[in-house]
Amino acid sequence: MLKSLKRMLLALALLSVCTGAVAQDSIKMGALATLEGAFTVLGEDSMRGVQLALAEFGHMAGGKKIELITGSSNASPDSAIRATRKLVEQDGIQVLIGPLSGSEGLAVKDYAKTQPNVTFLNGTSAAQDTTLREPADNFFRFSTDGAQWMAGLGEYAYNEKGYRSVAVLAEDYSFPYTQVFGFLEPFCRLGGKAPVDARFWVPIGNKDYSSVIAALPDDVDAIYVALGGADAVNFLTQYEQAGGELPLVGGSITVDQSVLGSKGQTRSFVVGTPSAGPISDTWDDPRWNAFVSAYQEAFPDGFPSPSLFAHGYYINTKAALLALDAVGGDLSDGGVKYRAALSALEFETPTGMVKLDERRNAIADIFLTEVIEGPDGNLLNKTIKVVDQVSQTFGLSYEEFLKYGQVGRENPSCE
Amino acid sequence: MNSRRWFSGTLSETGLHPSILVVAIFLLAYPGFTSDFFTFQIGAYSLILATIALSLMMLAGYGGMISLAQLTVAGLAGYLIAILGDNSVGVMGLGWPWWLTVIVAISIAALFSAFIGAISVRTEGIYTIMITLAIAVAFFYFVRQNYTIFNGFTGFAGVEPPNLFGVYWRSPVPFYYLCLTIAAISLGAVFYISRSTFGLSLQAIRDNPRRMRSLGFNVAFHRIFAYFLSGLIAGTAGVLLVWFNGRISPGSIGVDVVIDILVIAVVGGLRHPIGPFLGAIAFVLLENFAIDLIDRERFNTVIGLAFLLIVLYSPDGLLGLWNRLREKLRSAKADRLALNGGNKVDASSYESLDNP
Repeated sequence: MLKSLKRMLLALALLSVCTGAVAQDSIKMGALATLEGAFTVLGEDSMRGVQLALAEFGHMAGGKKIELITGSSNASPDSAIRATRKLVEQDGIQVLIGPLSGSEGLAVKDYAKTQPNVTFLNGTSAAQDTTLREPADNFFRFSTDGAQWMAGLGEYAYNEKGYRSVAVLAEDYSFPYTQVFGFLEPFCRLGGKAPVDARFWVPIGNKDYSSVIAALPDDVDAIYVALGGADAVNFLTQYEQAGGELPLVGGSITVDQSVLGSKGQTRSFVVGTPSAGPISDTWDDPRWNAFVSAYQEAFPDGFPSPSLFAHGYYINTKAALLALDAVGGDLSDGGVKYRAALSALEFETPTGMVKLDERRNAIADIFLTEVIEGPDGNLLNKTIKVVDQVSQTFGLSYEEFLKYGQVGRENPSCE
Repeated sequence: MNSRRWFSGTLSETGLHPSILVVAIFLLAYPGFTSDFFTFQIGAYSLILATIALSLMMLAGYGGMISLAQLTVAGLAGYLIAILGDNSVGVMGLGWPWWLTVIVAISIAALFSAFIGAISVRTEGIYTIMITLAIAVAFFYFVRQNYTIFNGFTGFAGVEPPNLFGVYWRSPVPFYYLCLTIAAISLGAVFYISRSTFGLSLQAIRDNPRRMRSLGFNVAFHRIFAYFLSGLIAGTAGVLLVWFNGRISPGSIGVDVVIDILVIAVVGGLRHPIGPFLGAIAFVLLENFAIDLIDRERFNTVIGLAFLLIVLYSPDGLLGLWNRLREKLRSAKADRLALNGGNKVDASSYESLDNP
């Protein structure tokens, strides 16, 4: 027993010596996503995005082999920090892709400030303040934030749909705050109303929406719903069963494939629901179609079409690899040159051109969509409009945009 | 209720085992030969979790009361540090001096623990577990939905330990020694309590409350006081926990983490105060490295299986495993000795049999 233990320790010691020696001609890249907890399914799809980008480059960038090390969190900031710390301080990664969820992103950004020699690229976390206020110099977001994802939706709901006042139902944390802000700001500027007492904030993982449904006011034209995954499915099912008749306006992950593709009755009444986000399932463009078929080929057991999580991780991983190519895989200066290359990077993604602003947040195209019934009875998102090159400050100057204040439950007040 | 009489006990251990010294030297020298990661995230984090689990071991092992609310007590102390002291979120953060914050946080946590004790003290077994679980869940939902004081889902960030004596106490090595000191004091205190008059009567109450009641002991008060003491330990560990993470949110005190503490205590062994420390080391190592051993989608299964095997084969946890191993080695040695010596005896006896 003792002998075998000794042998094991010896093997471990040898192993650590070996990995130290190999590190010269390979680059360690970490990928962090929610592989446990409520967002597990989304985290698994994120990892598919990372794999897709790596496969595209043949696991090589800048003449060096890319060694991928995965980390897992459960959507809580604590777990994201623990996993990040392990990847950075123990595994010695030089580039991190992640995390997935909004509040995790805020925490990882803070941690990034303590590790100036490591380069952090976002996964899909989309809270506004990850890059807007007190950004970290080594945190890059090639995916856009939750307010950007809503570009054009407020105008569309007011002008085309003719809604004048909406109730709001959203999960109670940083990402939905950002989405609600992104939708309401233009909607209210045009003259729409969203009374503060008709905004309902539910915790992640809420199962029973009967009290919310009972409290929904009758005198609104529509409900803006920013729920994700199982929460969205639960609400839609219960609202239909309760005989709800108000039309909906959807957040970016409320009526996407992970919800529309779910089995159940939630059918006809979501048809016509407008939404907006960084991808559109049915966008008929060769770049997007190529991405979808590559995804379907590589992952037959994945979603029918890549989710925005696979898309976001794919884009960030690809950016990391492109910049590695640009500097010839040279990170010996603590990544200074590498980060300069990232900041200057501008490249073609499955959803159009992406470049960064001065706070290292993406400027990219956003898709305005509406749910339709497909030819075979499936529900799909039809692309209504592509909003070109949306920036984080919606074209305003940085100082001017800060005057809107921090996103939150009552911003904008909209009275 | 003379406290001096209550706590008259002894710490003097006759014949300090050399292995204890070896372990102590190892722990003191540990940061010298490991990376910052191992010092901070493995070492210090294990010690913090172990201290929280130690407070549970004290209740469960000596008092027979399995409380699932120990992490809740620690979490309350952590929250109070963020609320009364400084944080970077802009909610609360009253800016009290650090020593006052720490004292108040730990005291309130201990009182809260005593309160939990007062509620659950008249129940036994599964009902204690249910009540304390209910409290843990209620507290979790309360902090998640209360925005004015606890800042809801987001919780607090930017909670820093004080800069004392020119040392930044969150840097790995000082923080490790801070945790080690607290853990050692807590361990010593639990040892001492277990041998004090109070601890002995607590153990007697665990074994036969009715007899103790008829002997004139106030059973309920003993139990509540045990909760109070364990609350002091858990609260102190909670302060370390919030300094360790730099943040606290409902996710830090969720039901899954509550169960983790129970797993640590049970896997380590509830019979002896050292058990939670073994359990915490095993837990933290698995939590950090299981993902490297196996496919990333299955690593939680590995963690679960490892703990299942331990509990299945050794109901007393890792500690029991060690004891059994030692027994086996000892008896093997004894057997061998007996065999060698015995042969001679047998031979002579045969001879004597042959020559009647």
